[in-house]
Amino acid sequence: MTVELQVDEGWLTVCELSDMIPGRGVAVLLPDGSQAAVFLGRSGWTYAIDNRDPFTGAAVLSRGLVGCVEGKPFVASPLLKQRFDLATGRCLDEEEVSVRTYPVRTAVTSAAVA
Amino acid sequence: MAASTPTPAIVLIGHGMVGQHYLEALAERGAAATHRITVLCEEPRPAYDRVHLTSYFSGSSPEDLSLTPAGFMEQHGIELHLGDPAESIDREARTVTSRSGRVFPYDVLVLATGSYPFVPPVPGKDAPGCFVYRTVEDLLAIEEYAAACTSGAVVGGGLLGLEAAGALQGLGLPTRIVEFAPRLMPVQVDEGGGAALLRTIERMGLTVHTGVGTQEILTGEDGRVSGMLLSDGSTVDTGLVVFSAGVRPRDQLARDAGLTVGERGGIAVDSRCRTSDPRVYAVGECALAADGRVYGLVAPGYEMAETAAEDLLGREKEFTGADLSTKLKLLGVDVASFGDAHGTTEDSLDVVYSDSRSGVYKKLVVSPDGVLLGGVLVGDADAYGLLRPLTGSVPPVSPDQLVLPAGLSPAAQLGPSSLPDTAVICSCHNVTKKAITACTTLPEVKKCTKAGTGCGGCVKVIEQLLPAPADKGLCGCFPFTRAELYEIVRTRRLTSYQQLLDGHGREAARGGDGCEVCKPAVGSIIASLAPTLGASGYVLDGEQASLQDTNDHFLANLQRNGSYSVVPRIPGGEITPDKLIVIGEVARDFGLYTKITGGQRIDLFGASVDQLPRIWARLVDAGFESGHAYGKALRTVKSCVGQTWCRYGVQDSVRMAIELELRYRGLRAPHKLKSAVSGCTRECAEAQSKDFGVIATANGWNLYVGGNGGAAPRHADLLAQDLSDAELVRLIDRFLMFYIRTADRLERTSTWLDRLEGGLDHLRDVVVHDSLGLCEELESLMADHVANYRDEWAETLEDPERLRRFVSFVNAPGAPDPTVRFVPERDQVKPDLAILTGRQPLEAVGGTR
Ligand code: SRM
Ligand SMILES: Cc1cc2nc3c(=O)[nH]c(=O)nc-3n(C[C@H](O)[C@H](O)[C@H](O)COP(=O)(O)OP(=O)(O)OC[C@H]3O[C@@H](n4cnc5c(N)ncnc54)[C@H](O)[C@@H]3O)c2cc1C
Ligand code: SF4
Ligand code: FES
Repeated sequence: MTVELQVDEGWLTVCELSDMIPGRGVAVLLPDGSQAAVFLGRSGWTYAIDNRDPFTGAAVLSRGLVGCVEGKPFVASPLLKQRFDLATGRCLDEEEVSVRTYPVRTAVTSAAVA
Repeated sequence: MAASTPTPAIVLIGHGMVGQHYLEALAERGAAATHRITVLCEEPRPAYDRVHLTSYFSGSSPEDLSLTPAGFMEQHGIELHLGDPAESIDREARTVTSRSGRVFPYDVLVLATGSYPFVPPVPGKDAPGCFVYRTVEDLLAIEEYAAACTSGAVVGGGLLGLEAAGALQGLGLPTRIVEFAPRLMPVQVDEGGGAALLRTIERMGLTVHTGVGTQEILTGEDGRVSGMLLSDGSTVDTGLVVFSAGVRPRDQLARDAGLTVGERGGIAVDSRCRTSDPRVYAVGECALAADGRVYGLVAPGYEMAETAAEDLLGREKEFTGADLSTKLKLLGVDVASFGDAHGTTEDSLDVVYSDSRSGVYKKLVVSPDGVLLGGVLVGDADAYGLLRPLTGSVPPVSPDQLVLPAGLSPAAQLGPSSLPDTAVICSCHNVTKKAITACTTLPEVKKCTKAGTGCGGCVKVIEQLLPAPADKGLCGCFPFTRAELYEIVRTRRLTSYQQLLDGHGREAARGGDGCEVCKPAVGSIIASLAPTLGASGYVLDGEQASLQDTNDHFLANLQRNGSYSVVPRIPGGEITPDKLIVIGEVARDFGLYTKITGGQRIDLFGASVDQLPRIWARLVDAGFESGHAYGKALRTVKSCVGQTWCRYGVQDSVRMAIELELRYRGLRAPHKLKSAVSGCTRECAEAQSKDFGVIATANGWNLYVGGNGGAAPRHADLLAQDLSDAELVRLIDRFLMFYIRTADRLERTSTWLDRLEGGLDHLRDVVVHDSLGLCEELESLMADHVANYRDEWAETLEDPERLRRFVSFVNAPGAPDPTVRFVPERDQVKPDLAILTGRQPLEAVGGTR
């Protein structure tokens, strides 16, 4: 099983699902030089958002701790601890702030860029 | 005539408790900005908490007792002259002349000169060895003199006399109390109360003589105190005498200036605290209030200070008298009296409960129609906080139920909720129930109303008035506190976060992903118990890996630009030149910024994730271990150079610091742990600001606990003295494990100790006297930790599987993070923040598939 991320160019293979630790994220370098953070949940869900923490500018969101409130998964930035809803990218602690999200899927075979 | 100044000048004589309260009252009302204020202070230090003076002997430093907030004088532009008392007042010229000869013109003069201890005119009263008990200087002198004495005596068995006697006994002197009246504390308690008090105090080993006077202080050949001749003709031996026979208002200055003073002393004031000269106020213990009384308590003094401040601003406020209620803890015995304690009201009736076995005596005075008039409580004064506000009304339950001990009372106990809104709960600051219930937490109450910040006697009732925090749970996932979760993990022997969440989490959180609050907390609990549970203590294995904050996850500290810092352990701050060189070489080769930390070690900053294993390979090779700067774990044990080199040192502080650092390294705790060892009392290692601090003595080691630097500094409390090496280590083992077991998440030992019910005494009971029978278990938990310690970095480097996470990008393992850049500063590097804020474009880096 591979984990794949949808970018402008198509589906990008990130890593093997078994490379990920449930409850943690990994950082992905994208073709345009920007970065995404991909997370795996305990029940097998995957989500991806921008890796850049909008509060500090540092590319660290993939290193935050994952949790859920009312069933909705979030990541807490490891720097100043603001939480981001993984499905929508909305910051839960400051309404006006959000980060972009990326569609992500797990696929049986490793698919090259479509 | 002095030239009148454009801004009116206030001169305050006396910077005691009431003087400082007056300054604060002015500042609060904005009057400090519109007046030029000068303070003449006789003592060599600014105002301090005289009420808690005795706590100096239990470890509070004179600085701890200070009542003057740091920066207060500067912030309000107040001029304070320490050690320069006022010597005369010229009311014509409106000037005050100080001892140093300076002349201060005033528009308004405020006298807050307090009182002086009365010393009966007995022969020998001035001999070396005679003292009074009023100022910090008195205590310092007593302490010094007592060192060369073998016994002590106190003249006077009132409130202060008992305190002084307790202090002498605490200094190791067998002590006797000589009281002229037929009972102890004659002013506050009645005969029955005095008898209960006497029994309890004698049980503590003090000798009490009541109904006898002191005729003469006897001196030896060297002229020093050697004993006392009592009025019954007997003589007793004593090397030191403390006079505590009452106080007299310090009104001499006012007398000399021609102000009206009372027949029996005290500067006469009206209900607005003005003296016979309307430009001159008198407040506090030096004043004879409008009701003809001189108040020797701080609460009425505070009210006078506020009255004088209001009057200055032309506002209405009167001080016509105050209630003499007091609640004290003397020598560990609760004593309280309030209202008409002696039942002097006509036709009043007494309701008494007395149990001489336990030294409890309670009396309520009620009127024939049931109105509570006052009372005396000795040995158990819990009800004081409720009874005092009820004085003057008919209590909602009958008086007999109010004096019976909790278990015996047939009816439900009267709760603070039954008090009327207007009831004054905090008498020090005159705060009503209504004002208190407008707040929701104790810190908020203290901040907004000041209630509870005086004598502290009202805190218990305040707590009962506040809403119990609805939910003590750690977070949205668990309804338990950290300490409760620790017990669940320990007793159920759970080694998995998921098991804990699914079995003990809140209904809605079960089966879910937890949250960022409970994950690291539970990770830490499991890690501290790992050896005992038979689990892996390695924090990066299996499920543990998903629980750690990023710092623990990468065994390094995350910096603002996404890079990490590396802190190798340097036990006790001792390091060989060779090791120093290795650190320098590693920093140079990896381009790291280096800094000596506040913890006596070296921090290397600016490492990227993928450099970490390579950096550590070099460090481990040179014999370094992880310094756990990233973990809620032991940080450093600082040391001074100690006896080996230092001419003052009395023990080898470096050896002990290293021993302690190696013993407790890697121990996971609710928060980080810091320690230090000083080689002598000069305290160069600052041990008293640490979670556990050790100071060498001629006979061994003194152990201090609960210290903190940082934002809320707290001096550590002395837990035990003159310990051998083995005793010291054993006691620290117990202390740390008890803390780990019972503290809240992210609660340092300082806040934990402040919160711990029973405080230091309780802690000492548990870890020194083993009152809970826990010590064996605590020691064995620590033994497990010590036996199972492994260096996390060495272990990580051994396992390629574990090293795989140290990459910037999962899809491009070799590529560095392009946003982690540095720019030069002072010959080293610093993060390039312009890149992060987007002020400088980041050139595109080719993606890797
Ligand atoms: C490096 C150092 C400053 C320095 O350049 O000297 C430092 C740096 C940090 N301190 Fe500190 N503290 C350092 C000594 C102190 C001291 C002084 C001391 O230990 O003697 C204090 C006050 C004393 C105390 O702890 O009681 C101190 C009080 C704090 C606090 C507040 C703790 C508290 O309980 O109030 C934090 C925040 C926290 O831990 O939650 C903190 C947190 C931090 C962190 C770990 C912030 C973080 O989470 O990233 C900093 C990162 C260190 C790094 O990246 O390597 N640092 N920090 C010092 C490390 C000493 C060492 O060798 O380990
Ligand atoms: C050991 C002890 C325990 C106590 N316990 C309690 C208690 O539990 N509850 C309670 O309510 N009260 C207690 N008291 C009493 C309480 O401390 C006093 O009521 C309170 O300090 C009075 O404040 P004050 O400002 O009027 O006087 P003080 O605090 O005595 O201050 C007067 C200051 O004026 C200075 N001064 C005098 N003359 C001059 C001059 N000419 N020029 C410049 N400065 C001058 C003095 O040096 C002194 O510093 C206790 C007192 C002691 C000593
Ligand atoms: S604490 Fe004492 S022994 Fe240690 S360096 Fe300072 S003076 Fe010397
Ligand atoms: S009654 Fe003294 S602080 Fe409240």
